[in-house]
Amino acid sequence: MLKIGNAQAFWGDSPTAPSELVSQCPDLDFLTLDYLAEVSMSILAIQRAKNPAEGFARDFLEVVKSLIPYWQQGHRVRVVANAGGLNPIACAEACRSILSVLPGMKIGVIDGDDVLTHFPDQQLATANVYLGARPIAQALDQGAQIVITGRTADPSLTVGPCLHHYKWSDTDWERLAGATIAGHLIECGTQVTGGFSTNWLDWPDHSNIGFPIAEVAEDGSCVITKPPGTGGVVNTQTVKEQLLYEIGDPSRYLSPDVTVSFLGLHVEEIGPDRVRVSGAIGSPPPTTYKVSATYSDGFRAEAFLTLIGRDLKRKALLCAERVWERVRRAGFELEQKHLECLGMGDAVPGVLPVGQGDFQEIVMRLAVADSREAAVKAFAKEIAPMITSGPQGITGYTSGRPTIRPIYGFRALTLPRSEVTPRVKILEVS
Amino acid sequence: MKLREIAYARSGDKGANANIGLIAYDAQGYQQLLKIVTAERVKDYFSSLGVTQVTRYELPNLWALNFVLENVLEGGGSLSLRLDNQGKVLGQALLEMEVM
Repeated sequence: MLKIGNAQAFWGDSPTAPSELVSQCPDLDFLTLDYLAEVSMSILAIQRAKNPAEGFARDFLEVVKSLIPYWQQGHRVRVVANAGGLNPIACAEACRSILSVLPGMKIGVIDGDDVLTHFPDQQLATANVYLGARPIAQALDQGAQIVITGRTADPSLTVGPCLHHYKWSDTDWERLAGATIAGHLIECGTQVTGGFSTNWLDWPDHSNIGFPIAEVAEDGSCVITKPPGTGGVVNTQTVKEQLLYEIGDPSRYLSPDVTVSFLGLHVEEIGPDRVRVSGAIGSPPPTTYKVSATYSDGFRAEAFLTLIGRDLKRKALLCAERVWERVRRAGFELEQKHLECLGMGDAVPGVLPVGQGDFQEIVMRLAVADSREAAVKAFAKEIAPMITSGPQGITGYTSGRPTIRPIYGFRALTLPRSEVTPRVKILEVS
Repeated sequence: MKLREIAYARSGDKGANANIGLIAYDAQGYQQLLKIVTAERVKDYFSSLGVTQVTRYELPNLWALNFVLENVLEGGGSLSLRLDNQGKVLGQALLEMEVM
């Protein structure tokens, strides 16, 4: 049985989670870390344009540092992370330089996911295929203690160690399907151990929710659990919620390793904080790779102001109109502008009757997008003046002028598998 | 009766679309979900968000339904100006549906 944990669900997740999970689970075999959301690559592209040695998730280096004491004490945990982003080699080099106290340690690097040159006509900022589990397994076969990838399908971070450990073939569909389910369940960290749950209030010890561990068996089935003494819960409810997270047709969940059907899955509580998941059905994956592409799409800013009093809808509309008019006078008709009265149901506009009483308290949210940075700047300047020209009962300016952010759109493309060559390289710490 | 009395949920995004997993607490609840929570009903419920089509998938083995709501996120992800541009709260909203 192989113990695979996840301690990073996204770039910005708890930076101490990886070392905590390792200390809580002395026999953890693998630690997977996910840093890349859909548009993360575009942020990394900006960083790499400024400095060719950048373009990866720098936070990962702190995580590697935090694990050094455990390796020095003989902990066997091996790390698989997509922290390489747009520049896996630079990430691996940076890791190597901070690991000098552990000479001989091997770092596997996987690239070949960058396919921007295949789409010359689309004015893309980045284009990366979601690679599968095999290159990760190859790096582990060659003794890598840390495997750094660029864009890789999230569940493949878990399937890779299974391929390596159990020596499954690339056509062992049922086992690959089971391991893909295990990876899907732990890839969002605490979302399977009580976080983001409908009955969140009922689970214990919210400040200490444990990160998940999948115990994957040789047949591909798994037990989802968490370290003893941590908060949150693993039960059939938290596991089913995460099974259904961000999926489409449950009879055809697509990964680069296998196509999975959820329709035979069996979810069973076998002990406290232990849920067994079995019965995944596998078939061959698509003949194309999915490509995650981003493109530059102008600028954006948003501002929040709090209002209390009566007639707040009218007041908010007038406040917004005042801002739009002032921006107009500065010479810009904003391409996209948006007002929300949060506290009156606008988080899901028009669906739920919320906050309909006479005396109200709302957060007014103004958001704008425009291809011209100057137009968004003009908007940002017109928020603070509301303190003296807006209605009574307005507050909440202390965060200063809104930040103007460049925006990247996301486009899903495909590419035949034959046009992509994943590369595996091993660096050794000297 | 509200849907939340017989089911729990989780939602998230897929580009400009969102999905909502709706899961019954027991087998009887699942039979009720099958009857009551049709794709058409979910489309009506979220019509103010601009949803263009709802597909319902059945997972009897999990007592669950999965709804895929097309174009419910105004372009989705980084393109939508909405606060909830990733559909994170749609599940919570669906559970407030009055079903009897």
